[in-house]
Amino acid sequence: MSEWSRICAISDIPALGARVVEVAGTTIAVFRTADNRVFALRDRCPHKGGPLSQGIVHGEQVTCPLHGWVIGLRDGAAEAPDEGCTGRYPVRIVDGDVWLEVTPRPAARTAKGREEPQARSVVSGG
Amino acid sequence: MQKQRLVVVGNGMAGGRTLEELLKYAPDLYDITVFGAEPLPNYNRILLSPVLSGEQTLPEIILNDLIWYERHGIRLHLDSKVVKLDRTARRVVSEDGTAAHYDRLLLATGSRPVILPLPGKELEGVITYRDAQDTRSMIEAAARFSDAVVIGGGLLGLEAANGLRARGMRVTVVHLMPWLMERQLDRAAALLLKESLEARGIGFVLEAKTQAVLGDAAGRVCAVELADGRRLPAQLVVMAVGIRPNTELAESARLHCDRGIVVNDTMQTFDPRIYAVGECVSHRGVAYGLVAPLFEMAKVAANHLAQYGIGRYCGSVPSARLKVTGIDLFSAGDFQGGRGAEEIVLSDPAAGVYKKLVIRDDKLIGSVMYGDAADGAWYFKLLREGTNVAPLRPQLMYGDRNLGNGGYQGRERAAAMTDAMEVCGCNGVAKGTIVKAIKEQGLFTLEEVRKRTKASSSCGSCTGLVEQLLAITAGGDYSPAPRAKPLCPCTEHTHEEVRRTIREQHLLSVDAAMKMMAWRTVNGCARCRPALNYYVLSTWPREAQDDPQSRFINERAHANIQKNGTYSVVPRMWGGSTSAAELRRIADVVDKYRIPTVKITGGQRIDLLGVRKEDLPAVWRDLDMPSGHAYAKALRTVKTCVGSEWCRFGVQDSTRMGIELEQALWRMYAPHKVKLAVSGCPRNCAEAGIKDVGVIAVDSGWEIHVAGNGGTKTEVAQFFAKVETREEVLEYAGAFLQLYREEGYYLERTVHFVARVGLDYCKARVVSDRAQRKALYERLQFAISGEPDPWKERVAGVARHEFESLRVTSESEVTRQ
Ligand code: SRM
Ligand SMILES: Cc1cc2nc3c(=O)[nH]c(=O)nc-3n(C[C@H](O)[C@H](O)[C@H](O)COP(=O)(O)OP(=O)(O)OC[C@H]3O[C@@H](n4cnc5c(N)ncnc54)[C@H](O)[C@@H]3O)c2cc1C
Ligand code: SF4
Ligand code: FES
Repeated sequence: MSEWSRICAISDIPALGARVVEVAGTTIAVFRTADNRVFALRDRCPHKGGPLSQGIVHGEQVTCPLHGWVIGLRDGAAEAPDEGCTGRYPVRIVDGDVWLEVTPRPAARTAKGREEPQARSVVSGG
Repeated sequence: MQKQRLVVVGNGMAGGRTLEELLKYAPDLYDITVFGAEPLPNYNRILLSPVLSGEQTLPEIILNDLIWYERHGIRLHLDSKVVKLDRTARRVVSEDGTAAHYDRLLLATGSRPVILPLPGKELEGVITYRDAQDTRSMIEAAARFSDAVVIGGGLLGLEAANGLRARGMRVTVVHLMPWLMERQLDRAAALLLKESLEARGIGFVLEAKTQAVLGDAAGRVCAVELADGRRLPAQLVVMAVGIRPNTELAESARLHCDRGIVVNDTMQTFDPRIYAVGECVSHRGVAYGLVAPLFEMAKVAANHLAQYGIGRYCGSVPSARLKVTGIDLFSAGDFQGGRGAEEIVLSDPAAGVYKKLVIRDDKLIGSVMYGDAADGAWYFKLLREGTNVAPLRPQLMYGDRNLGNGGYQGRERAAAMTDAMEVCGCNGVAKGTIVKAIKEQGLFTLEEVRKRTKASSSCGSCTGLVEQLLAITAGGDYSPAPRAKPLCPCTEHTHEEVRRTIREQHLLSVDAAMKMMAWRTVNGCARCRPALNYYVLSTWPREAQDDPQSRFINERAHANIQKNGTYSVVPRMWGGSTSAAELRRIADVVDKYRIPTVKITGGQRIDLLGVRKEDLPAVWRDLDMPSGHAYAKALRTVKTCVGSEWCRFGVQDSTRMGIELEQALWRMYAPHKVKLAVSGCPRNCAEAGIKDVGVIAVDSGWEIHVAGNGGTKTEVAQFFAKVETREEVLEYAGAFLQLYREEGYYLERTVHFVARVGLDYCKARVVSDRAQRKALYERLQFAISGEPDPWKERVAGVARHEFESLRVTSESEVTRQ
C-alpha cells in the first residue's frame, strides 16, 4: 500500500530546475529535466547537506550549489570519485500533475550505509 | 542494422588512447577489432625506463588489461602482426592468417628503432630499446654479464644506460655528437648532465663513431670497436640512435607516405576510410616521437571516428624530461633561439643549476632547465599558450613559486612533499592519493586527475602542482593539454571560439549556442552553462535571452547561499556611505525577520546573514535599498575614503567620485566580480591599489589603475591613465570594464584578463583611441540600461516560485502495488 499526493502542476517547476516540498519534516527536492521528466530526492547533499534543489540541473544530474558534487537524479548517488547517496522518492506525472509518494517509510540501508535502491523511483511521461 | 567495423592495427600508446577516447564519445558505434604485434595488451611504453631500472614492474605499467577489451566487446589479436592491407577489399590479414574486414581502419603502428648497418649487428646481445621484450632482454643480460655499451646519447640511450647501471653493469655511452641530448639541450646544460651521470658511474665517449661490433666464439657480442680503433668490452650493446616511423604496411598498400604516413588535420590519410595516429604519421611534415602530441592526435581521430566531426590537430610543441631518478632536467620548444630571440640564462655550475629561457616578441619560445626543473610545467604552459611574458619578465627566471604564491596554495616542489601533504586545499586531496590514482588508473592528463581525484577541480590554484605530480609520477611530460583548453569537458571549443561563434552567428540563447557548437552533453554542466549564459547576454545585450536555470543559485536567488542553506543580504550603500534612515530600516528588518548575524563587510557595507529564502522578498521590500550584487559576477563595491570633504590631506572629493562611479556602473554583469575604489590622495586609504579599477586623486586630477586583485593572490593594480575630470574617470573606467566584459573569459578576473591580452592592448583600445573609448563606454551604458534592480523586480512578484515551497495538497490517493 502506498499513499500518493498531488504536489503541483509540472509547469510549476521550471525546466532544468527544482521546487521543494516538505513531507513529514523532511525537505524533498522535486526536479524537472529538459525533456519534462520529474525526479524527487531528499534535499540534502550526501557531502555536507547542501540543498540540492538550489543546484544547476543538467541531463539527469544536479550539481550541488555548495561544493559542486554531482548527484544523479535517478539514483541519488554522487558521481565518482565522490561517494555517497541521498534518498529518493517515487514521483509520477498524471495529466500534467506531479504526484509524490508520501507513504512514511524507514530509509532502508545497506551495510555500506547507502540507501537501498527503490523499485519505482520515477514514472515519467505525462 | 549491422554495426560498422573498425579495425585498429597497432596496440601501442596512440592506438590504445584513440580507442579509449572513442569509447567515451561513442561506445556502441563500432564493432572493433585490434591487432597488436606484441604479446602484451596496451601498456605504457614510457615507463619501460623505470621498469629497466627496477623502480616498477611490467604488470604495473599495463594500461588496459585483457578484461578491459572484453568488457568493451573488443576483439583483440595479440602477437599478431598485420602483413597485408587490401584497400579495395577493405581487409587486413595478419602473419598468422587472421583476417578482418573494415569500414574504418586506424593505423597506429608506431615507429621502429634505427639499427646501424655495422658489421656484427646481428650478433647475440646486440639489441635496440623499444618494447617490453627488449627490456626483458636487458634485464636478463644485466643479471649475467658485466659490461654494456649504449650507442647514442639521446634521451632513450641515457635512460637505458642509467637502468643498466642501476642493475649493476659497467656502462659506457658512445655518442657521435660533441655533447649529450643535443636535440634537447644546449652545451652548458649537457655538460652538467654528463657530470652527474658520471658521478653515478656511467662512462662516456663523445664525438666517437662506432665502426664494428665484435663477437666471441659462441656468437655473442664481446666488444665494440670505434673508428679510432679503440675497443670497448661489452656483452650487451644497446642501439639507441633514433627511430623511424613504421610505414611498412601503409607503403605496401600504396598509401601516401613521406617520412611517415601523411595525414591531414583530422588525422585522415589519403584514403578517407583510413586514419592514422601516433609516431607512424607525418603531420604537416613533422613526425613526433613523444606521447603528448600522440594523445592530442588520438583525441582528434576519435572525435572524427565517432562522427562528431569537430576538432583539428594543429601540431604540438614538444617537451622532454629525462626520467632518471634524481636528475632534474626539462626542455621544451626552441632552445636555440636564433635571430630576433633573446635569452635569459642562469648558470650556477657549482650548485648544478642551469636554466635558459628563450624569448621572442615577448613570448616564451623555448626553455632548458637542469638541476631545478620544478617550474618546467609552468614555463611549458606559458610557452604553449603564447602568454605575453613582458609583465612577468623581472621574475620570470625565478619561476612560478616566486611570483608571490604563498600559503597553502603556494607551489612548493611537488617532489619534496610527503604523501600525506595536501595538494588541493579545496577538496582535501593529498599528494599520496593523486600519485596513487595516476599510477593505478593510468592517468595522463590534468583533466583526468581532476575527474578521478577532484584535485585542482575547484579553484585551480594547485594546477601547477598537480601537473608537476603528473610529470614526476608518470615520468615523461604528460601534459597533452591542447594549446588552448576547451571551456569544459562538454565541448572541444575554447572560451575564445565560443565567444567568437556567439558573435559571428548571432546566437541569442544558451540552447542555440550549444546546438550550433555541437555540445557533447545534453544540457552542458554547471561549468559551461553559466559561461554560455554570460557570453550570449554580454554579446547581445537587451536582445539575448537570459536563462535563470543556467545561473548559479546566488544569481538566481539574488542572495548568497550559506553553508546551512540560508542566505545573506547585502544592500547597496553608495560609496560606503549611509544614513540614519537606512540604518534604522536595517535594524527593523533584523528584528522583524530574526536575522541572526549583522556584520560590516570588507567592502564598506552591511551584511545580514542567515536569512531564510522564503523571507528574502519581504526583507528586500522592507529594506527598500538597491541590491548590492554581493552575490553576482557583477559590480560589487566602490570603496571610498572621506576625501577632500573632511580629510586634511584630501585633494579631490573621492567620496563623490566613488558614488558617481557606483551609480554609473551598478547592475553591470561581468565575467567575474568587479571591485573599485577611489582614494582622495596618494595615501590611498581606500586601498585602490588592489582593485579591478582603482582611482587615486592627485592635485591635478585622477590616476586610474587597473587589474589589481586583493583575493587569492594579491596583485597590485597597474597604472593605466591620468585624467583631469570626473567625466573622464567615468569614461575611462567604463570603457576599460566594457573591454573586459566583451573579451574576458568567464570567471577570469581583470588581473588575469590583462595578463592574457596585455596592458598595452588595453591602453591602445581605451587610452590612446578616443573613438574606441567612447564607443566602448556607449555600449556599456546601453547594456546597463537594460538591467533592472533585481530586488525591486522580485518584490513586485518576478520569479515568485523561486522563493515559495510547494505544499502537499489534501488531494491524495492510495494505491495498492
Ligand atoms: C562578506 C565578505 C566578507 C566580510 O564579511 O567582509 C565576503 C564574503 C565572501 N567572499 Fe569575499 N567577501 C568580502 C570581501 C572581499 C574582499 C575585500 C574587498 O572587496 O575589498 C576580497 C579581496 C578583494 C578582491 O576581490 O580582489 C574578497 C575576495 C574573495 C574571493 C577571491 C577573489 C579572487 O579573485 O581571488 C572570493 C572567491 C571568489 O570570488 O571566487 C570571495 C568569495 C566570497 C564569498 C562570496 C564566498 C561564497 O561564494 O560564498 C563570501 C560570501 C559571503 C556572503 O554570503 O555574504 N571573496 N572578498 C565581504 C563582502 C564585501 C562586500 O561588501 O561585497
Ligand atoms: C624506453 C622508452 C622511453 C620513452 N620515454 C618517453 C618519455 O619519457 N616521454 C615521452 O613523451 N615519450 C617517451 N617515449 C616515446 C613513446 O613511448 C612513444 O612516443 C609512444 O609509445 C608512441 O606511441 P605509438 O602508439 O605511436 O607507438 P607504439 O607505442 O610503439 O605502438 C605501436 C604498436 O604497434 C605495433 N605494430 C606495429 N606494426 C604492426 C603491425 N603491422 N601489426 C600489428 N601491430 C603492429 C607495435 O608492436 C607496437 O606495439 C619512450 C619510448 C621508449 C621506448
Ligand atoms: S586617502 Fe587618507 S589622507 Fe587622503 S583623503 Fe583619504 S583619508 Fe584623507
Ligand atoms: S554539500 Fe553538496 S557538495 Fe558539499
